[in-house]
Amino acid sequence: MLNSLGRVVPDTLRGYTSATAYQSKNRILIPEKAVVTKPLFLDSISAIFDEYHISDGMTLSFHHHLRNGDGVLNAVCQEIKTRGIKHLTIAPSSIFPNNAIIVDLIIAGNITNIRTNYINGPAARPIDDGKLQGLLLMDTHGGRARAIESGDLPIDIAILACPTVDRNGNGSGTEGLSACGTLGYAQSDLRYAKKVILVTDTIVDKVKQIDLDGKYVDAIVQIDSIGDPEGIVSGTTKITKDPVGLKIARDAADFLYQAGVIKPGFSMQTGAGGTSLAVAAAVRKMMITKQIHGSFASGGTNGYYTDLLKEGWVDNLYDVQCFDLEAVRSYRDNSHHIAISASKYGNPYEPNPVVNNLSFVALGATEIDLDFNVNVTTDSLGRLIGGSGGHADTAHGADITIITTTLAKARLPIIKEHVTTITTPGEDVDVLVTERGIAINPRRVDLLEKMKNSNLTIMTISELMAISHQISGIPAAIKEPGKVTGLIVYRDGTILDQLYQRF
Amino acid sequence: MIRSMLFIPGNNPAMLQNADIFGADAVILDLEDAVSPQEKDAARALVKAYLESVSHQAIKVYIRINGLDTEFYERDLHSVVSDQIDGIVLPKARVGDIEKLLTILYKIESETHMKKTMGIIPIVESAKSVLEIEKLAALSRIQGMLLGAEDLSADMEFERTKIGTEIDYPRAKLAFACKAYKIDAIDTPFTDTNDVNGLIADCQKALNLGLNAKAAIHPNQIETIHDVFSPSPKRIEWAQRVLLAAKKANEQGLGVFSLDGKMIDKPIIERATKIIDAAKKYRLLPVDHA
Repeated sequence: MLNSLGRVVPDTLRGYTSATAYQSKNRILIPEKAVVTKPLFLDSISAIFDEYHISDGMTLSFHHHLRNGDGVLNAVCQEIKTRGIKHLTIAPSSIFPNNAIIVDLIIAGNITNIRTNYINGPAARPIDDGKLQGLLLMDTHGGRARAIESGDLPIDIAILACPTVDRNGNGSGTEGLSACGTLGYAQSDLRYAKKVILVTDTIVDKVKQIDLDGKYVDAIVQIDSIGDPEGIVSGTTKITKDPVGLKIARDAADFLYQAGVIKPGFSMQTGAGGTSLAVAAAVRKMMITKQIHGSFASGGTNGYYTDLLKEGWVDNLYDVQCFDLEAVRSYRDNSHHIAISASKYGNPYEPNPVVNNLSFVALGATEIDLDFNVNVTTDSLGRLIGGSGGHADTAHGADITIITTTLAKARLPIIKEHVTTITTPGEDVDVLVTERGIAINPRRVDLLEKMKNSNLTIMTISELMAISHQISGIPAAIKEPGKVTGLIVYRDGTILDQLYQRF
Repeated sequence: MIRSMLFIPGNNPAMLQNADIFGADAVILDLEDAVSPQEKDAARALVKAYLESVSHQAIKVYIRINGLDTEFYERDLHSVVSDQIDGIVLPKARVGDIEKLLTILYKIESETHMKKTMGIIPIVESAKSVLEIEKLAALSRIQGMLLGAEDLSADMEFERTKIGTEIDYPRAKLAFACKAYKIDAIDTPFTDTNDVNGLIADCQKALNLGLNAKAAIHPNQIETIHDVFSPSPKRIEWAQRVLLAAKKANEQGLGVFSLDGKMIDKPIIERATKIIDAAKKYRLLPVDHA
């Protein structure tokens, strides 16, 4: 059947209808897992498999706070491979290039279903090639929390990397050799998985700051190292030096100011990519020049955001994950740097998720179409290169969602008649800022009215597409796809789009 | 008048493609120093193809050709002189060179039935050029003069410094000559592209000496250059108030009036008018976003 965006989705599942459909539904909560009085201490990853009888068909979950330095998912995969366990579902909150071991497990049928919010690197390739026997389900960060708490994603065992754990099973993200800061993505797994195992390389008598509550923890495993600190803080933390990216960032900040968004008490989030950080930097410059103080910034944080907090330009940082050591230190030392769970961040059924209080969010796109639908999941050939993460969550919650992108990347136009894959529905996307002009979603009559006398170059998205075609030509249609390999799950659990085998 | 001229290497397709997006008031597509001798033909062909395929309505486009003491300049001119550009930037310019250039331009303009008349911006980058500044400024078709401090320092055998005291004289001389002939006085580029504070100080010094624009060698310098060479929000607000008060005074038949306790007369009104004209031209007037 077709969903409301005209995308084919399975007849047996609920298709996406609108970004606000969740408002007419009630929150579903399964019971939290039983409280543990005394956690077990195990001495190896292998011991987890023996103790909890990990076997064919189970679902194992992980978080991605160790990012591209994570050693825990890889160690568990190695044990799965050694034991020859089949038909597993893995549910890491993200999959990074260093998780290449997954490739062999997909091909051998050890892993047959994957549920994640983001996938980048070698693990994506066999899925594009149709080798995953089951499906890849792609959630949003807030949607994953909803899926877990509602029982939509039942987890047999959550195997959670934790930089430091104490004798009571309490975990800290800021202490130890592999400190990664907040542990917001693990909170739903912690509360709702049938069993919870913390894997650490540092055990202490008592942690100073509790990020994972020991009452949910069934067992603790100490190994030599849970990850490579170099890779743990692997988020892009440098503002782009590309003059085109900087020009786009300046225009985005000017737009926000002229639209009346940057005013006392405003709140913000940007992605962690170079251009997104440049938007944050341009907004910061504006705040300083015009002496405008904001209320909070949210999302994944890094040194640029902690400076905003330190210098008093925002009152609080709400942080799901830290991208660099500055952020880790700030979270450890500054009481206004506040950890939040993925649910509190973007679960549509939370009473007041942080994303709903955002004045604006600036996000990227690999494609955007004439209906303002955005793709950050696949490239223009339909191959997996990422995923929503918090894209669709923040786009829905923020008062203004700005997409910043160049008109062409690798000589391919970014504006399409229809995006290859819908990650974020166009009804939640308000503005597109490119190097040659700014397009406002016609749904935002208020913004069109506010910007009618702007000195910025405002045009329609069709006009911008025509300019990009003048520059790079109209790309040829991509090859017909093969079988369905996965589904894009909107934050409310409905299906936005399908992923396909690519040739 | 302009505030900025951005150099774009003529052999860099990605830079050429985006030449007009950085907000520079003018761009200089460079066939000279940015292009090695073995790439001159390719750069010429690329710039020509670029000019033929892209229309520029909001920005002035100049070409820096190779000097008249090289084997390249004639082919440069025959490739790029067209209605798609606004003028030629001539390196190491002397009065005699301008006359020679004019002769070639007359010929090309006539033979190709051009609608436009090519402007010329000489680069003053030798001691003898500095001595000829007044004569250069007075020649026909001269739209501005650009100081080239790096080559000048080689000729003068002085060290270039960030504080720039060594070029105070040519800067001031160029500024006076350009003001006298109502053409653009364009300052030499600031070569440390990572030093924003140094660029601000360098722009401020040039502005104080009377220059109205600065060349940029990196797009990221444009915003800073414009910040210095544009009327500030405070000055614009002052000029708006002066003109409003002048209008009221005129309606009341008052010849002279005061604002903020100061007497406002004709020269001040003219100054305010120039500020508002510049603010309008550069789209700096505040927009009501209520």
